[in-house]
Amino acid sequence: MARIIVVTSGKGGVGKTTTSAAIAMGLAKKGHKTAVIDFDVGLRNLDLIMGCERRVIYDFINVINGEASLNQALIRDKNCNQLYILPASQTRDKDALSQEGVGKVLEDLSKDFQYIICDSPAGIEKGAQLAMYYADDAFVVTNPEVSSVRDSDRMLGILSSKSRRAETNQEPIKEYLLLTRYSPERVKLKEMLSVDDVQEILSLHLLGVIPESKSVLNASNSGLPVILDEKSDAGQAYMDVVARYLGEECPHRFIDEKKGLFGKLFGSR
Amino acid sequence: MLESTQLLAKQTQRMSTDSRQLQGAPALEIKTSTFSVPVLVLASNDLAAISQQLQQTVEKAPDFFTHSPVVLDVLALNNNRLPIDLKNLCDIIRDAGMLPIGLRGGNEAQNAIALKLAIPNYSMHHPVGIEPAKAKAVDAKPATGAVPSVKLHTLPVRSGQRIYSEGDLIILAPISAGAEVIAEGNIHIYSTLRGRALAGVPDNAEARIFCSDLQAELVSIAGNYQVSSNFTAPKGKPVQIYLHEQSLIIKDI
Ligand SMILES: Nc1ncnc2c1ncn2[C@@H]1O[C@H](COP(=O)(O)OP(=O)(O)OP(=O)(O)O)[C@@H](O)[C@H]1O
Ligand SMILES: [Mg+2]
Repeated sequence: MARIIVVTSGKGGVGKTTTSAAIAMGLAKKGHKTAVIDFDVGLRNLDLIMGCERRVIYDFINVINGEASLNQALIRDKNCNQLYILPASQTRDKDALSQEGVGKVLEDLSKDFQYIICDSPAGIEKGAQLAMYYADDAFVVTNPEVSSVRDSDRMLGILSSKSRRAETNQEPIKEYLLLTRYSPERVKLKEMLSVDDVQEILSLHLLGVIPESKSVLNASNSGLPVILDEKSDAGQAYMDVVARYLGEECPHRFIDEKKGLFGKLFGSR
Repeated sequence: MLESTQLLAKQTQRMSTDSRQLQGAPALEIKTSTFSVPVLVLASNDLAAISQQLQQTVEKAPDFFTHSPVVLDVLALNNNRLPIDLKNLCDIIRDAGMLPIGLRGGNEAQNAIALKLAIPNYSMHHPVGIEPAKAKAVDAKPATGAVPSVKLHTLPVRSGQRIYSEGDLIILAPISAGAEVIAEGNIHIYSTLRGRALAGVPDNAEARIFCSDLQAELVSIAGNYQVSSNFTAPKGKPVQIYLHEQSLIIKDI
């Protein structure tokens, strides 16, 4: 049985797709057979970031409609043979996704994969709700600013009430906070919320802080998930996230240039 | 005449086939129940002012007031010899979304008008709704045998979510901005309140809110509201909120 992870946020442009690609690659590189699904029907970003846009023949909706088999639609990643991408359709609109259809695809994938990453579209409407409905875990991607935090909070409310787990009275979705595009300098200038601020408002388990980094843009330009750029700060931060998710202990980094903030973070409040 | 008789005959026939299994049993039973109904105690006969205040109140908590029954109390008006246009008053109340179901403290003429509007009269000797002493007596030995419930909520209340308790409400996690916690009794919050808390809904003036960190958007007891811009309490300090002579008191614990 696969573990289904939704990468979600409410607000758009906060780094969901960047995160989905990085996490999927990270898990696959650790030897777990992983599939990453683009739920952003009509926009199709994930395949660009994964560098497989020219290999897209069939997509998620073709599979839901029975026009292609999963094996025909899944694209094996060029860098890691444990990683598969299920791209979104660029030509259809969001209504083409149905809950039953999504459920069937996830069920089929579950037989063969260990992790399934669902890259959610922005918003809290149908598309985002379908992406999270079957999830076991949620990575809530948040930028350190008020509107993003507020939207994440809203999404968390939906996760706890409108998911399959909630509706069938199972153990709730495990929620993790991923603070991305974090810039300690701007936090210091009070232009951004600090990790503490966000933690206090959302009271959520912090899985990692991804710094604002040029390497992210470079990575997406070259079609390689940033986690493969092992020298970059963002790449390392994503590696930490994957390790923490898998249960390894590793201290948080990239929160501040100065050491010692760590104590402040988890010290007494 | 003929037509209506035929119609009646048809109806009777249909009823007797549909409800065959009930034959022999009485068609109804009259029982006494006690309800808690908001009472609109009028202090002014200025219909414009009443309308405005009502609209504002309903807007703040549309979920409780929309379609809520209300009893009109005009005793104070009569004591002060302030005449009131009952028909227009009822229209205003309906426009605000509430449904008048009774008149209290009316004089003979008013009672007659109310009856014409299909609104029953209540005498002051048989109070309906809030009359704190009475209400308590009812609580003490509930006719239905129901125990006032206490709801415990341990997870964060997120923006857009709403928690309701028919009795007291105890919350152990933060309440986000844009979230709402509502109780017919007291509310105890052992965390930060950033959203809204409404205790004593709809009319329990004895209810209180206890909160270990008040950063609320709005607090209310029995429909008496205060919004954050009026709070003087410092963040991070435990406070209690209660009603004193119709005004909300926020006080350190
Ligand atoms: N850590 C980072 N540092 C710098 N830029 C970043 C970082 N994370 C994401 N970005 C940039 O932010 C933009 C949005 O990222 P991304 O597409 O991953 O967000 P998204 O949440 O998937 O957006 P959408 O809601 O449109 O799907 C991209 O241009 C990306 O390069
Ligand atoms: Mg995206």
